[in-house]
Amino acid sequence: MSRSDLPALTIADLQSLLRRKEISPREVLDALCARIETLEPKIDAYLSIDFQAAAKEADKVDVDLPLGGVPIAIKDIINVKGQPCTCGSKILANYRSPYDATVIQKLRAAGAVPFGKTNMDEFAMGSSTENSSVKVTRNPWDMSRVPGGSSGGSAAAVAADSAFGGLGTDTGGSIRQPASLCGVVGVKPSYGRVSRFGLVAFASSLDQVGPLTKTVRDSALIMNAMAGHDPQDSTSLNEPVPDYTKNLGRDLKGMRLGLPKEYMIEGIDPEVKSAVDVALKQLQSLGAEIVDVSLPHTDYGIAVYYFLATAEASANLARFDGVRYGYRAKDPKDLLDHYGRTREEGFGAEVKRRIILGTYVLSSGYYDAYYVRAQKVRELIRQDFVKAFEKVDAIVSPTSPVPAFKLGERTADPLAMYLADIFTNTGNLAGICGISVPCGLAKMNGNQPRNDRGSRTLSGLPIGLQILGKALDETHIFQIAHAYEQSTDWHKQRPKV
Amino acid sequence: MAKASDLDVAYVSKLARLNLTDEETQLFQKQLADVLKYAEKLREVDVSHVEATAHAIPIFNVFREDEPRDWFTAQEALSNAPHKANQLFVVTKVVE
Repeated sequence: MSRSDLPALTIADLQSLLRRKEISPREVLDALCARIETLEPKIDAYLSIDFQAAAKEADKVDVDLPLGGVPIAIKDIINVKGQPCTCGSKILANYRSPYDATVIQKLRAAGAVPFGKTNMDEFAMGSSTENSSVKVTRNPWDMSRVPGGSSGGSAAAVAADSAFGGLGTDTGGSIRQPASLCGVVGVKPSYGRVSRFGLVAFASSLDQVGPLTKTVRDSALIMNAMAGHDPQDSTSLNEPVPDYTKNLGRDLKGMRLGLPKEYMIEGIDPEVKSAVDVALKQLQSLGAEIVDVSLPHTDYGIAVYYFLATAEASANLARFDGVRYGYRAKDPKDLLDHYGRTREEGFGAEVKRRIILGTYVLSSGYYDAYYVRAQKVRELIRQDFVKAFEKVDAIVSPTSPVPAFKLGERTADPLAMYLADIFTNTGNLAGICGISVPCGLAKMNGNQPRNDRGSRTLSGLPIGLQILGKALDETHIFQIAHAYEQSTDWHKQRPKV
Repeated sequence: MAKASDLDVAYVSKLARLNLTDEETQLFQKQLADVLKYAEKLREVDVSHVEATAHAIPIFNVFREDEPRDWFTAQEALSNAPHKANQLFVVTKVVE
């Protein structure tokens, strides 16, 4: 195989070549480096790359380890020792991580090689990666469109074969939605399944780290290395970690999949709806039974999410005070001026907007009306899922109501951007697990607004199928997603970049 | 439930120790009023018998042994300090 073909491999295929010693980890890294150098000027998925540090690791890595010699791209909100960790923000522009996050320690122990940090919406706040203070990442399927977000850099890199796999974080859909828009697989683990130690906190009761990969099996391999209890994260669960590959290849006979009637909303793109309908038939032909379920509080998800996530963010981002790390405003006249200007100059518009909303819903006189009420409705949303999972093994839906939208199309209207997470954020509120797997390509005219159904070109935009599972039941969503994926060709489609 | 029109962005920005330009204040006032108006639908929900959920999973007190372990050296802890001297963080003057 030619060196220039290496970056197109899945992690599983790359590993067989590495273990048979047909290639070395260093050759893999060099081939990836060449690919990235060619594509980065077009896609801008990465914020920093350190091939020298990665090469040193690659030279001594044991290829027989579970991810031995596999380079992994890391969202720039996860600390990797000695590397920048900007969170896409000016306030951390000059920050260098003095330590490895637990997920990075675990990936290194499994032989993976972190080599670069990927672009993102500032502090993971956004659904298009346009809120990055550094640069705009483009969707490899259509350079005039967003890659989704907030983990848009990792998703775009994997889609363009500029990464074998990447890490993202998902607070309201920030792994699954960009995976859907870029035509790759993305997993949000159950809350507490993966350590958050070393992940810069956005909304602590919702955040989870998860993989973005070309195939379901590759995501399962990364989760095998990453999941598990961490004494340094008191919200991580002390539960045994199964082998997430163990059910891959099993059929779906007897499996019951729920279709929530509340998800059939107006505003779903007709191409998304028809792709998901075809996917449901495919799942039936694989032996699964599709059952109607009801999640009656779905419509409140976005409102609950934006109160709770912004409240938690306003508290978490209070640490950016310009004292111990990060940007500090020049020549403050007193402490209030120091805080006020440091944060004014360091944060971008969306982060400021969310700090204001979060501070407001926690402020005296509004706390009960907004924050506590939202927490109570969150409990009702969680109970909806508990009841639904009494009847079904998993729940299926579109991941995003629309394919990738145009750069700039939604930036002026925060509420429209927030609605991009409508099918994903209830999963975070309920603490359950979810995966997005490619299920189609929407035929879109690249030059027309997204609702224009006029003349069509052949360029396609990826559509994702979301499969939600019970808390800690990742094994079954991997099984379902893998059975579906292997029965279709969608995961083999790659953008022409 | 409070009304969307109660939001005073200029006041809240002081609580948040976050200076805003007049332009930002006006823009956020309008945009967040839209978000609050959208969220008024939460008022419809009967939550009288529901306990608030801070977390989706049942974890309560988590204890560990209080044992010393290796952690950052002072130099590592100070490695990102915007202003430091004599192995200390230098802060803006807080007393007159």
